[in-house]
Amino acid sequence: MISFVIIYYAFLILACCVAAYYKYRTALLILFTLLCVSLISGLLGGADVLVNITIFVALLAAAAGLSYSFRESLIQVLPPEGAKLMRTAPLTAAFGLLVIIAYIIAAVFAPVIAPFGEAEVVGSSFAPPDDVMLLGGDQLGRDLFSRLIYGARNTVGIALLTTAIAFIVGTLAGLVAASMGGWVDQVLGRIVDTLMAIPQLIFALLLLTIVGTSVINLILVIALLYSPLIFRLARAVAGNIVVMDYIEAARLRGESTWYLITQEVLANITAPLAAEFGLRFCFVFLAISALSFLGLGIQPPTADWGSMVRENATLISFGATTPLIPAAAIALLTVAVNFVVDWMLHISSGLKE
Amino acid sequence: MGGVLPLIGKRLLLGLGTLLVVSIIIFGAVELLPGDIAQQILGQSATEETVAALREELGLNRPSYIRYFEWLGGAVQGDFGVSLANQRSVAEQLGPRFANTLFLAGLAAVISVPLAIGLGVLAALYRNSVFDRVANAVSLVSISSPEFFLGYILIVYLAVQNQIFPAISNVTPDMDFIERLYRTMLPAITMALVVTAYMMRMTRAAIINLLASPYIEMARLKGVPNSKVITRHALPNALAPIINVVALNLAYLITGVVLVEVVFVYPGVGQLLVDSVTKRDFPVVQACCLIFAATFILFNLIADVGAILSNPRLRHPK
Repeated sequence: MISFVIIYYAFLILACCVAAYYKYRTALLILFTLLCVSLISGLLGGADVLVNITIFVALLAAAAGLSYSFRESLIQVLPPEGAKLMRTAPLTAAFGLLVIIAYIIAAVFAPVIAPFGEAEVVGSSFAPPDDVMLLGGDQLGRDLFSRLIYGARNTVGIALLTTAIAFIVGTLAGLVAASMGGWVDQVLGRIVDTLMAIPQLIFALLLLTIVGTSVINLILVIALLYSPLIFRLARAVAGNIVVMDYIEAARLRGESTWYLITQEVLANITAPLAAEFGLRFCFVFLAISALSFLGLGIQPPTADWGSMVRENATLISFGATTPLIPAAAIALLTVAVNFVVDWMLHISSGLKE
Repeated sequence: MGGVLPLIGKRLLLGLGTLLVVSIIIFGAVELLPGDIAQQILGQSATEETVAALREELGLNRPSYIRYFEWLGGAVQGDFGVSLANQRSVAEQLGPRFANTLFLAGLAAVISVPLAIGLGVLAALYRNSVFDRVANAVSLVSISSPEFFLGYILIVYLAVQNQIFPAISNVTPDMDFIERLYRTMLPAITMALVVTAYMMRMTRAAIINLLASPYIEMARLKGVPNSKVITRHALPNALAPIINVVALNLAYLITGVVLVEVVFVYPGVGQLLVDSVTKRDFPVVQACCLIFAATFILFNLIADVGAILSNPRLRHPK
């Protein structure tokens, strides 16, 4: 352990000196901050903290390297237009894309990847990790790794479906309000205001008490509660479009409201709506996970990340970190989607650094 | 100040109106149940007579609007009826828990507000620097993580592996302040992490917006030193957006307690709400929802009024 600590500090100090000598200001600042942080936390928490810091930095570096090579190989593989787009992508966006693709693969090929079934009892309850069960067993002796893989399918699938429903309802209502105006706009606007006056999680709990907990109810309740936000955005961006001359021209041609909405308005607001879809997906995903964690969302034996954390939470008080993995899976996907959305917003706003 | 009072009055009335509509929704939602509460309590196998008797006892025979006004009148006076699960007064259960929740949210606010504003202003001043990027990335990660993830990470590192704080925050009324503070620290830090991230990002955006305004450029062009531009020109005008940001995030804080309270088994309103939802104890759920909604609306109102008060154009109308 002592040699590790010595090597750790020697490496950091050397790296600081190199950065200072070659005048890499940013690198020097980061390295020196890291050195100070490790000194303080090393004194307080001992060598274990230094090991944790090393693992963390190595993970970060691995993620950065992976996303870099992913981006570069995409540039080589994709047709010219896609390659041009990827070349402008920051590393974070490439990382986000990589993670999202990995989740999609896990969700689609879950039965192939997972060694055991979703509800299959394999070993004893809370079995420690071994060769058969990579991450150990859960409270009923089911394989945690297999359930994690199936969770990608269930949790993400349900969140996607919910977001899609909320999106269709919200966008349609927003477009109708914007293109019809008048009392329709007023009534829809007031309904949305009231729905948004109650905090969403609290409202969801109230509605779930009444309709009872099932997956269908969960999807409908969350979709209902998150559509007002989408309505507001759709109404706002469509409001800028409906005053355009070509809409006026279409009205004069005698086109129906439905034609106006689908052909003229919707075509012009896809970019902000796509970014909004990513953002809303994150919120919906977090809300569903939260409700599942509270035991009011996706019900067992369906593998779901939120309820997996809840079921195995007792292990945490014994210092085990395996129950944190499903929660980390939720966080990782949300971060990845946020990274990609940031990039998309950047592209659609036409900003150049 | 003459021009501003009617504006604030209008806002207050609007907030009161919203609260009234929300109370109608909360009461009306339960009325939409298939069957009614009596049927729900007794289950499918109950005979027609027992259901009718319970209906009589709960006063469900009267029209719903009369019961709504009775419920609302009671709620205004702090009487939320009787719990279906244990026949105890809802207000009695709710009172101490609400105090606990306020204590937790208050502690989280005391930690997060100065931290978030400080970090947000720094990130805005040194934007696109290393500090800004790191702060941005860290806050993004903490926003994206579910609260229970952050909470359990803190438990693993600060309660199990290094026993600094207790993993379970079981506060009791007879605890002294220091002990209570110690036991509430972990849940408060968890909430502060999320709220600080939101608040920091919003503060940063508000300040950057401000620094782009023409009068800041003017001040710079006439040669005012950077520190003076910040203290004399930027910060007084930044007050309005910062008040707004803080009030909105406190509104979020008061409703975000639900998950954190469950993770740390903290005896607050959020945990009572979740328990009552599982037991389908309607009077308690209604009371909790009304309290949360009222606090939420109150903080949104404060944000609005704060924005009006700190805007000189509204304070001194032409």
